[in-house]
Amino acid sequence: MIKRELSSDLLLATKLRLLRMHFEAGVGHIGGNLSSLDILMCLYHQVLGPDDAFVLSKGHSAGALYVTLWSKGGLTDADLETFHRDASRLSGHPPCSGIPAILFATGSLGHGPSLSSGMALAKRLRGEPGRVYCLTSDGEWNEGSCWEALIFAKHHGLSNLTLIVDLNGLQGFGTTNFFSNVAALTEKFRAFGWYVQEVNGHDLVALTSALSQCPSIGVPSVIVAKTIKGNGVSFMEGRMDSHYLPLDRTQYDQAVRDVELEADLVSSRQKDGRE
Amino acid sequence: MRAPFCALMVEAAASADFVFLTGDLGFKALEPVRDALGKRFINVGVAEQNMVSLAAGLARAGMRPWAYSIAPFIYARPFEQIRNDVCLHRLPVVLVGNGGGYGYGVMGATHHAIEDYGVILTLPHIRAYIPAFDGDLRPMLRLLAHTECPAYLRLGLSEEPKDLAIPPYGAWRQLLERGVSGRATILAVGPLVGGIVEAARNISSERRPSVWLLSELPIAELPQPFVDDVTKSGHLVVVEEHVEHGGAGSMIAHKLLSHRFAPFRFSHLAARGYPSSLYGSQKFHRRECGLDPSSVLTVACQD
Repeated sequence: MIKRELSSDLLLATKLRLLRMHFEAGVGHIGGNLSSLDILMCLYHQVLGPDDAFVLSKGHSAGALYVTLWSKGGLTDADLETFHRDASRLSGHPPCSGIPAILFATGSLGHGPSLSSGMALAKRLRGEPGRVYCLTSDGEWNEGSCWEALIFAKHHGLSNLTLIVDLNGLQGFGTTNFFSNVAALTEKFRAFGWYVQEVNGHDLVALTSALSQCPSIGVPSVIVAKTIKGNGVSFMEGRMDSHYLPLDRTQYDQAVRDVELEADLVSSRQKDGRE
Repeated sequence: MRAPFCALMVEAAASADFVFLTGDLGFKALEPVRDALGKRFINVGVAEQNMVSLAAGLARAGMRPWAYSIAPFIYARPFEQIRNDVCLHRLPVVLVGNGGGYGYGVMGATHHAIEDYGVILTLPHIRAYIPAFDGDLRPMLRLLAHTECPAYLRLGLSEEPKDLAIPPYGAWRQLLERGVSGRATILAVGPLVGGIVEAARNISSERRPSVWLLSELPIAELPQPFVDDVTKSGHLVVVEEHVEHGGAGSMIAHKLLSHRFAPFRFSHLAARGYPSSLYGSQKFHRRECGLDPSSVLTVACQD
């Protein structure tokens, strides 16, 4: 079921909240969080219903998940202020308890596709409605367990399962092209018999449309979302160091200006489009 | 033990939440389970990492998955999946390993599981169940059917002693009373206890060591009659088809010392890998490690 509750103001506020949370906590992994945020916001505000489930396989985007939950009212500002600090529920990667919306403690890559397949299989066996969504990174497809799940879910026709790949093209120590040629990931998914769609992972209309077009019988779906690591922040976009490095004050101020400016541009483009 | 295990799995099929996963093993054994469970019997293929995470996903969604393979393949390859996906979340997944210890004999080292429960029990919430006799399976599986925690079930080959009244199932059981001048308390884990009891009964009734059987780990509490027996015999001999490190012997020693109790003598007979670099049956490997009845009783009866 597609809802239309995500406003550009809320998206901007959430992006700024993500930057502030990471800046105040002095932690990195911002690039991969910025590449995932639009996907998570789209899922949580326009797609996920009470019968659906979500697994964040790329646990290093926990920050983006936390602020998305905050944007839904599931976490408070006080919660976010504890991020990455002592006695916090919000560890650097998703916790194994304490936040009911988070089903699994991830962070070691390659678990989500199997976990979500298990949940989708349970729905199938019990005749329950709803769909299971799982967001993976692109570098994560280096892990063999992902391919085990890919074979399994297709073989069992888990059409209530949708994987989304955040294809930002960069991983921990280089480009994904360099390591395993996952640029051809789409072709591989097709070869494994999945229903594959490619979208711009920062185009919410396209994302929403792709998520609504996943077939409900026959085969599982994968959406390859082409994204930009460090999306919206000029000095981070497509740069390796955005995987790890925290922001200093100057960088933070610049990042906020960049994100606000882009939001203004998008907003005026939308107005022009309407006129 | 696999045949009675399968029969009990067929009975368990009546529970709608029960799901059985196998990592492509169980040919000529699991067919009745497959037939009884229908769609709830799933051969996931040779993919143990996927199998354990699938089981976690199923359990998270409220089902009761059992994941089956031969013992060495169920805990080593998917260790991270057991840790992160199952144990951290305290999900009621039952991992079943057939052929614990040197059970797969001459198949070789890759097919042995001699550090299985030691490794698994480093993880939170999980318990290990090690049946010694076929008859242990029913009460054990009844416990596991309702477990709220992850569990590891280590199956072996039942070696039931002839004409011995085995006490009703419990984590601790005494199979043989110590003779008045018996000089040791033997505590065994797993099916090898059968041969030890048989041999101990051939010793004169006065000089016999007592034989205890431990079937669940980690150890919750030490039964007082066991502690009293060790106090009187003065020599505790722990025997297990598992390496020393992380084994029941280490756990017992830790427990006893924590209770400010140290037996006068302590012997730990454990798996020692492949000391001669030669391979053979399960009995061959037990002999190589001093786990055969004769070697155990030599240690238990020495002055």
